[in-house]
Amino acid sequence: MTFEEVFFYFLAAGAIVSALLVITRRNPINSVIFLVLNFFFLVALYLTLKAQFIAIIQILVYAGAIMVLFMFVIMLLNLGDEKRLTDRVTWKQFVAIGLSLAFVMQVLYIVGFGETAEMKTMSAKAVDIGTVEYIGKELFSYYVLPIEAISVLIVAAVVGAIVLAKRKFD
Amino acid sequence: MIPLNFYLVLSALLFTIGVVGVLTRRNAIIVFMSIELMLNSVNLTLVAFSSFLGDATGQMLVFFVITIAAAEAAIGLAIIIALFRNKQTVNIDEINLLKW
Repeated sequence: MTFEEVFFYFLAAGAIVSALLVITRRNPINSVIFLVLNFFFLVALYLTLKAQFIAIIQILVYAGAIMVLFMFVIMLLNLGDEKRLTDRVTWKQFVAIGLSLAFVMQVLYIVGFGETAEMKTMSAKAVDIGTVEYIGKELFSYYVLPIEAISVLIVAAVVGAIVLAKRKFD
Repeated sequence: MIPLNFYLVLSALLFTIGVVGVLTRRNAIIVFMSIELMLNSVNLTLVAFSSFLGDATGQMLVFFVITIAAAEAAIGLAIIIALFRNKQTVNIDEINLLKW
């Protein structure tokens, strides 16, 4: 087993274990911390895929901004531990887990027998694509309309968040 | 070199963990975090395809998905704060006004 494979298995195991810990902790604060850990494993996986810009954006936006927002809201609401992980284990939850397992089996079937099984090596262009220069050129030439649309959406989201969290209209 | 399928299987597993979290947890904030997990697993798929096919479109999509996730987190947490102010709970079983 090469070093590359060992590194990939380490990152994959870390990502899966931290994701499992996110959905099984009783205290939401612990969940947030494990979610940040999961993001760091994903960032390392992006770097193995030679996507530097996306990796940095992921750290800045997700771990830096979104998770701080989550942490802030949890502490603002002063939520305690949940008494039990689930109030009662209902048949609905068994159905949910069963359907999820069926879903993952379907995806694994598609992945195992699809065309992607023949793609063993990364494209030679991958190194160029990940750079800030290439992504910037693409974003502001070919994707300039989506960029404008998404900036309008961000403004709408900020206004909406303020209106929703405001106590009362004057 | 790691084959593409390894990344696809990993993101399928992460997505399923997110689905299980959404369907089984009752705390609205943890449901939100599970949605973030699902978004991130899709991002991993997009980046993997982008690198293996040598096409930048996947990484552009990831850029937009991250933007949408930021907007979604801001709105969602504002809704949770408004709900908590009215009902003093974030348990989604007790927030059933729209349930028929």
